[in-house]
Amino acid sequence: MIKRIASTAGFTGLLAALLLTLLQSFWVAPLILQAETYESAAPAVEAPHEHAAGTAEHHHDSEAWSPEDGWQRVLSTTGGNLVVAVGFALILAALYTLRAPKTVISGALWGLGGFAVFCLAPTLGLPPELPGTAAADLAQRQAWWVGTAAATAVGLALIVFAHNWLLKIVGAVLLVVPHVIGAPQPEVHQMLAPEALEAEFKVASLLTNAAFWLALGLISAWLYRRSSQA
Amino acid sequence: MRTSTASNEAVTPSSLSQRLLVAVGASLLGLCLVYFAGFSHIEAVHNAAHDTRHSAAFPCH
Repeated sequence: MIKRIASTAGFTGLLAALLLTLLQSFWVAPLILQAETYESAAPAVEAPHEHAAGTAEHHHDSEAWSPEDGWQRVLSTTGGNLVVAVGFALILAALYTLRAPKTVISGALWGLGGFAVFCLAPTLGLPPELPGTAAADLAQRQAWWVGTAAATAVGLALIVFAHNWLLKIVGAVLLVVPHVIGAPQPEVHQMLAPEALEAEFKVASLLTNAAFWLALGLISAWLYRRSSQA
Repeated sequence: MRTSTASNEAVTPSSLSQRLLVAVGASLLGLCLVYFAGFSHIEAVHNAAHDTRHSAAFPCH
C-alpha cells in the first residue's frame, strides 16, 4: 500500500511538475520578471513591518543565496515545483487509499477539489501577487491561507461525502467562514507594476494552477488504478 | 498439488485503521513538502522557490 502511494505520488508529481514548469516558463515567469524590473527600478527601501509580540525576530538577509536569472532560476523553480507537486500528489494518493477513484475521470474531480482548496479559496482573499505589491504581514497572511485551505477542505468533504444534511450545511458554513473573517490586508494598497500586468498575472496564475491540478488529479487516478491492476 | 497463496497477499484488503494510518502519514508528509517549498521562512529556500510561490499564489515576501 505504501509502495503504491509512493509510486503514484512520485510519478504524478514529476509529470505534473514538468507541465507546471512548462506553463510557467511561457506565461507566468515572464510576467514575474517584467514586474521585477519595476521593483528593482524603485528605490530599495525595506518596508518597516511590525512583528506581533512573541514572534521570533527575523531579518531579511540580502546575502542569502539566490539563483541567478537564467538556467539557475529555471532549475530552482523546477525543483520548487517538483517538491510542491509531489507533496500535493502524496495527499491525493493518500485520499485514494480511503476512497479509490472508480474511473480516471473521477481523478479530475479530485484535482478540481484540490484546486478549490489550495488555490481558488485562498486567492479569493489573497489574490496572486506580483513582486513589488504591498501586502499585510507575511505570517498573518500565511496563517489565514492555511486556515482557509483547511476550512475549505473539511467543508468540501462534508458537502460531498456526508449523508446527513445538517453536516452538509456545516460544510457550506465552513466554506464561507474564512471569507467572512477576511484576509489580512495591507494598510495601503500599492504596487509598483502597472495594473494591467497584475490583472494578466492573476489570470495566468489561476489558469496555470487549474491546468496543474487537473493534470495532477487525472494522472494520479490513472497511475493509482493502473498499479492496482498490475 | 499446491496452489500458490503468495498472490493472495496483494489482494487482501488492509483494515480500515491501517489504511487510515497510512493515509494520514502520507498526507502529513505531503503537507510538509508543500510547507517546506511554499511557506518556509528560510531565506535561501524562499529565493529558490520564489517563482513557484508567486505562481501558486502562496503568500510570498
